[in-house]
This record gives sequence, structure tokens and C-alpha cells, in this order.
Amino acid sequence: MAAESGAAPANAFVDIDRVSLRYGARGGDGTLALDGTSIRIEKGEFIAVVGPSGCGKSSLMKLVSGLQRPSAGQVAVAGSVVNGPLKIVGMAFQNATLLPWRTTLDNVLLPLEIVEPHASRYRQNRAQYVEGARALLEQVGLKGFEERYPWQLSGGMQQRSSLCRALIHEPALLMLDEPFAALDAFTREDLWGVLQTLWLAKRPTVILVTHDLREAVYLADTVYVMSARPGRVVSTTRVPFARPRTLDDTFKPEFIEITHHLRDQIAKVRNA
Amino acid sequence: MSDPRLLKLLPWIVLIGFFVAWEAVCRIFAVPVFILPAPTQIWAAFVQYFWPIMGHAWQTLMTTLVGFGIAVAFGLLLGIAVGSSRAVYEALYPLMVGFNAIPKVAVVPILIIWFGIGTVPAIITAFLISFFPIVVNVATGLATIEPELQDVLRSLGASKLQIIWKVGVPRAMPFFFAALKVAITLAFVGSVISETVASNSGVGYLMMAANANLNVPLVFAGLVVLAFLGVALYEVFAFLERRITFWATRGNDIVG
Ligand SMILES: Nc1ncnc2c1ncn2[C@@H]1O[C@H](COP(=O)(O)OP(=O)(O)O)[C@@H](O)[C@H]1O
Ligand SMILES: [Mg+2]
Repeated sequence: MAAESGAAPANAFVDIDRVSLRYGARGGDGTLALDGTSIRIEKGEFIAVVGPSGCGKSSLMKLVSGLQRPSAGQVAVAGSVVNGPLKIVGMAFQNATLLPWRTTLDNVLLPLEIVEPHASRYRQNRAQYVEGARALLEQVGLKGFEERYPWQLSGGMQQRSSLCRALIHEPALLMLDEPFAALDAFTREDLWGVLQTLWLAKRPTVILVTHDLREAVYLADTVYVMSARPGRVVSTTRVPFARPRTLDDTFKPEFIEITHHLRDQIAKVRNA
Repeated sequence: MSDPRLLKLLPWIVLIGFFVAWEAVCRIFAVPVFILPAPTQIWAAFVQYFWPIMGHAWQTLMTTLVGFGIAVAFGLLLGIAVGSSRAVYEALYPLMVGFNAIPKVAVVPILIIWFGIGTVPAIITAFLISFFPIVVNVATGLATIEPELQDVLRSLGASKLQIIWKVGVPRAMPFFFAALKVAITLAFVGSVISETVASNSGVGYLMMAANANLNVPLVFAGLVVLAFLGVALYEVFAFLERRITFWATRGNDIVG
């Protein structure tokens, strides 16, 4: 079932091409976080990146979104080389990073106050944007919590809001850096379903960093395993199952086979 | 012990107890009035000189508020600059710390040379003594924005200015208000110090004049008025803080 990848598509939406990143490189003896990492992602593809802690997964996200420059190699998104923050990205992290002085609704609306073309017409069209934000919140099960402050919500609800904030401007590229890592198992599995539904609705290109192999296989089209630092891709695994996938699917033999395959890859990386 | 009504009454009980003990000590040991007047004698002086005291208190209050107002505006701007720009921080840090180390009392004579005797040196002293905590706190609030939050905003195409305005400034508000409570008290110290040295009005001047006339109860009445003004203004800012930055305490102490 777990097929190793063949040739990458010629016109990838995100093209990470032999990228290296060294932190504090002035003397040349800084931390080499990434070493010749290559990943190609098609438009609308959902990929997951797994690998040991500190192998450079978060750094890879920063490179793709243009928040960091690579020391070598290059990243291209939608056909052009990234050399500054991308402006079309939605992001969510392990901690929800919501603004405590804004209500949940206003937190979700934040990107529309910044991102063009919404920002310049935000004032006139506010009612319409609010309606959109409310609909999105309802979709993730937060109807009735719009006027609450983030600190009045549970961790799972905060992460739902954070997903809404990442998606409200319908970004072409969604970056999720261990978004569910701090949640309990039940909430986490709920949110897999929520994320899958949201993804199916708009089909953004998604890069998900996770430690949870079941999560990776449940959500992704392709799972990349990275080596310990300096990080590079050591295996690429396609997940062929049709969507929508269910939690029951995760206990089927073919699903478990892929998960095991990934676990073996990670074990190899860690013992290397 | 944790009966909420008792907790509310407790400070008043202590306060009244303090004055009663003071009165008792003065009477039992027959302390001369020019050493330590009893609260009743201070009250008598307060009533006797009520209108002059009010006039001087008004002068001190205005001086303090003007100096404090300038400190707030200046401190907020400088704090935002220092907290959001590494270069400004590096450039100004030694100067600011050195400046803060100077005892402001020592500056008053220079201010007199420049501006003569009167309200201006008092306003400037109040300003000088109170702006530093505002700068430091606002800068701290801005400099400690979570890096991930900055990433979220930058990857939406937010400019530095937008990040400061949408996140930095609101985030710095609890720090700002904490600084205001300290700064308003310091501003009082500043204006009164200047008034004692170089003025012909204000509570500081009143106390110096009363001292020269050996009218010690009036000196103490001046002190009590200052304490009262200080507490009142502190409470104003504590109230504003609870209203505006309720989110920083997770809404725990919203009253009513
Ligand atoms: N800003 C930074 N400065 C210096 N070193 C960093 C910085 N960010 C990350 N690193 C180092 O780079 C390596 C990869 O970090 P990161 O990308 O966060 O890994 P991961 O997300 O896979 O856990 C780590 O060794 C980390 O210590
Ligand atoms: Mg990480």
C-alpha cells in the first residue's frame, strides 16, 4: 500500500528545492537546521511533515512562508521565488496565539483587517465579513461563542478559533505547525474531522507538521519523514485513501500498515 | 478571616487605629506640638486654613497633572519607539539609564536658573521624575510580543506599523497602566520637591512657609492633603486599568 514516490510533478505549487538553513551563520559554525531539503507540493495537496524534535520542521515552515531566507537553495511558491513574507498564508501553531483583548469573532476577523484586498474595503463591507466569520465559526462548532474572549474558551475551542483565523481570508497556502499537539486525544480527533471538512470545502494547499502518525495519515495526501538535525527528507509516503476519511478508517488494516511503515522510517532515522 | 465584608473593612479599621494610636501617644507622653502634633491639632489647622490649603492643593494638583500628562505622551511615544526598534533601543538605552540615575532634586536648581521661580520648574520636575517608568514598561510590553503572533501577522503581509498598532500597543496597555500608577505618585513627589525649593505657591511652598513660622500642625495638614491627593489619583488610574485592561487579568477582578 505504502508506495514510495515516483517523479515529482513538473509544475508544483510549492517547490522547496535543495534548501539549507544555518542559524547564526556569521562565523560559519551556527546550527545547521536544514541540509538540502526538497519537497514539491501540488496545488490543493495536503502534505504532512513528521520527524524528530529539532529537525527543522518549524524552520521549513518559515522558509516556505518567506519569514526566513534559506542559506542555500530556494523556495518557489506559485511559480515565483520566495524572497519576503508571502502575504497569502494562513498559519496556526501549537498555542492558539489569539489576542486576549479581542473577542473570538474579532480574533477571526483580524486577517481581513490586514490582508489585501480585504483591508481596504473592510470598513464598508464589515457586515458581510462578520457574516462570513460567523459562518466559519459555526462550521467548527463555535456558534454562540463569538462574543466570548479567548481566555473564556477551552484549549480545543481556542484552537478551533485559531483555525478559523488561519482560514478566514481563504489563503492559497495553509501552514499548521503541530496545531493539535497540546490537546487531549478526543478533542484532537474531533479537530481532525473539522480540519478535513474545512480543507474539502476550499482545497487550500496545506503543510501540516505533526508528531502524531495517525493524524498525518488521516489528513494528508503525502507524508514526508525528516531525519534528525540537520533535517532532510528521508522518505515520502503517499496515502491513497478516498475522502472524507473517518476515524473508523484509522483502524483498518491498510491504514495501520501505512502508519507502521512510517513508524519504521522514524525508528530508522532516530537510530541512525 | 477571609470573610469578604471583614476584608473590605480591614483597611479602614487599620487606618482609624493608626490615628487613634497617634493621638494617644501625643496625649499620654505630652509630645510638644512643634515636634509631633496630634491628629486633632492637625485637623484644627486644616479647618482654620481651609481656603489657603485648597488654593495651594489646586496649584499642586494642576502642576502635577500637567507634568504627568507630558510624561505620559512623551513616555508612550518613546516607549513605542524603544520597544519596537532594536536600533532605537541600543542607541538610547545608556542615555536613558544614566539619566534615570540622576537624582531629580539635583536638577531643580538648574531649572530655577533657566526658568526662574514658579510653576514651570515644578511641571518639568514632575515630568522628569515620572516619564522613565512609562517608557520602560511600554517598551517591555511591545518587545515581548510572541514571535509566533508576529509570524502570523507578517505572513498576512502586515507592516511593522500594523503589527505595532494591532498587537503591540494593546498588548502594552497592562504594562502602561501599571506604570501610570507608579508615575502619578512620582509626579507628585517631583512637583512638591520643586515647590519646596523654588515656588511661591503649591502645597510644597505652603509647608515650607508654615515650617518657617513654626506652624507644625499646618505642615502636617499639608502632608495629609498630599497623601489624600496621591491616593485619589492612584485610584483613578487603578479604576481605568480595571476597565480597559480587564483581559490581562482574565476578567478576574471586574467589579460590578
Ligand atoms: N531563531 C533561531 N536561532 C537559532 N537557532 C534556531 C532558531 N530557531 C530554531 N533553531 C534551531 O534550529 C533547529 C531546528 O529548529 P526547529 O525548526 O524549531 O525544529 P522543529 O520544529 O523540527 O522542532 C533546532 O536545533 C533549533 O535549536
Ligand atoms: Mg517546531
